[in-house]
Amino acid sequence: MASKRLGKQTVMLQNPPSIISTASIVGPKEGKGPLRLFFDNIIDDEMWGEKSWEKAESKLIRETFSKVLQKADKTSQEINYVISGDLLNQCIAANFGLRESDVPFLGVYGACSTMAESMSIGAMLVDGGFADDVVCITSSHFCSAEKQFRFPLELGTQRPPAAQWTVTGSGGALISSKGAGPYITHITTGKIVDMGIKDANNMGAAMAPAAVDTIVTHFKDTGFAPESYDLIVTGDLGAIGKEICIELVREQGFNIANIYNDCGVMIYDREKQDTHAGGSGCGCAATVFAGFIYKKLMDGSLKNVLFIATGALLSPVSTQQGESIPSVAHAVSITTSLQQ
Amino acid sequence: MQKTMTNKEYQSYVEKKTPNSKTGRNVLRAFLVGGLICVVGQFITNILKMMGYGQEQVSSVVTLIMIFLGALLTGLNIYDDLGRFAGAGSIVPITGFANSIVSPAMEFKSEGYVLGVGARMFVIAGPVLVYGISTSIVAGIIYFLLR
Amino acid sequence: MDNTIMTYVSAFIVGGVICAVGQVLIDKTKLTSARILVLFVSAGAILTALGVYQKLVDIGGAGATIPLTGFGYNLVTGTFKEVDKLGVLGAFTGGVKAAAAGIAAAIFFGYLMSVAFTPKAKR
Repeated sequence: MASKRLGKQTVMLQNPPSIISTASIVGPKEGKGPLRLFFDNIIDDEMWGEKSWEKAESKLIRETFSKVLQKADKTSQEINYVISGDLLNQCIAANFGLRESDVPFLGVYGACSTMAESMSIGAMLVDGGFADDVVCITSSHFCSAEKQFRFPLELGTQRPPAAQWTVTGSGGALISSKGAGPYITHITTGKIVDMGIKDANNMGAAMAPAAVDTIVTHFKDTGFAPESYDLIVTGDLGAIGKEICIELVREQGFNIANIYNDCGVMIYDREKQDTHAGGSGCGCAATVFAGFIYKKLMDGSLKNVLFIATGALLSPVSTQQGESIPSVAHAVSITTSLQQ
Repeated sequence: MQKTMTNKEYQSYVEKKTPNSKTGRNVLRAFLVGGLICVVGQFITNILKMMGYGQEQVSSVVTLIMIFLGALLTGLNIYDDLGRFAGAGSIVPITGFANSIVSPAMEFKSEGYVLGVGARMFVIAGPVLVYGISTSIVAGIIYFLLR
Repeated sequence: MDNTIMTYVSAFIVGGVICAVGQVLIDKTKLTSARILVLFVSAGAILTALGVYQKLVDIGGAGATIPLTGFGYNLVTGTFKEVDKLGVLGAFTGGVKAAAAGIAAAIFFGYLMSVAFTPKAKR
């Protein structure tokens, strides 16, 4: 067995790479939410001076990318890989946003799990000695996502209570072989889980079993317990998925209720902002991680975080053909100090 | 992870966890807004009748004006808010049909005037024409045979 | 005058009830709005063919013709009239002829509006 593997789905990084900088840019709605003070930039309108939502989303990625570099005082020449993806068909937000970056590019698609997926790959590349500096970045945009997955914006429809609100925003992180933390120590890569949920307006319930599977597997593979962490955070399960996640993890013998939260629940004030079950989209986990969680790690109020981004791997075609929603969740274990 | 429940069990568990729409409230809103839109239609109808238009002209002109209003309110970014409040109350009236044509046409303008506006205009309204017209043809043929 | 007020009351009630039925369908069956529209136009057409919808129009006026069921009503009444005149050919020409104003207006105004306006993000 490969020497760095631990249990079924986990790797333990022997030279844990550091996350040396992050950046986040969000839309106006997110900029009015409870986490507004943690984002680097809040754009005034969703079009951001561009001609289409898709171009605006590419600009989110492009600007976040340069902000990540700027904060770490690096040039694009020093970056070995950029790993990126988004929700749009063929990942055009990432493709076009990074077109001029002049950095070797790995495009990934994990739906809303993309942030943790790209960080997993990035951390393994650095730990393996294949790279010194890797940027992981993803985005989502409410308008472009509605257009692709749901209905035109101006169509007068009602959102059911379980529906979630796609976050407009982009988050990125620079993972480096040198640095003083926070360190990525373990990665648990999720399997595709499908419990037969077909309602595309209830993605939290569709994705929760994937998150549960990855969390429980992570504990079993590493021997960690909920007490090993002061925050376990999923990407975008929303209010309904969050509740399901807590209950199902408890059924497997782990109580995470006290230290568990969900980015989709954290990013909006659900009552005041009328976002129903909460936020979703690649940008949800990415901006909450790059904004809130990273800053809390840096100021020491969080020490050990398990970050699990969750993705619903559906497409409009699969939904129309009556398919259920397969989901995946990837976990990244982050600590501020290596002496555990 | 051993599965603690089957897919079926999970689906009914999720059903219990998922809050239901507030149907009572929604139905009341749909009734009020839908009723009001029809009152507007009736108002136009009455005026046209007073002006001495015949029955068939009246029905065509009323449809025309209502569709114009629905299209205009969609363009002014108002109809989606109305729809969020009223649900079926603004989907079911003919103004909602106009909304279903204008909204995708606006949305896909970024893909050009032919394949964007022209083609996407009917993503929602197309089926209405297909099924409405087909049903009327079938009904007409049956009517012809039974006459 | 009383008669005029009654037309508004009955339009409000009949139109409101038809929309309320649509809302119950949306909430209970999770039908999308496209399916609701198709269902209503077809239901209107069938009820008209069965002679039921005409009664509703007599009572409700615009309350029965403005909802999309009224579009189906329009199509079928036009078809029947044309069948009376032209025979089986009327089955094909009557419906669209009667609904021509609606269809043409929807296409034309739809085009104009989409050229003139751009969508805005929901808040």
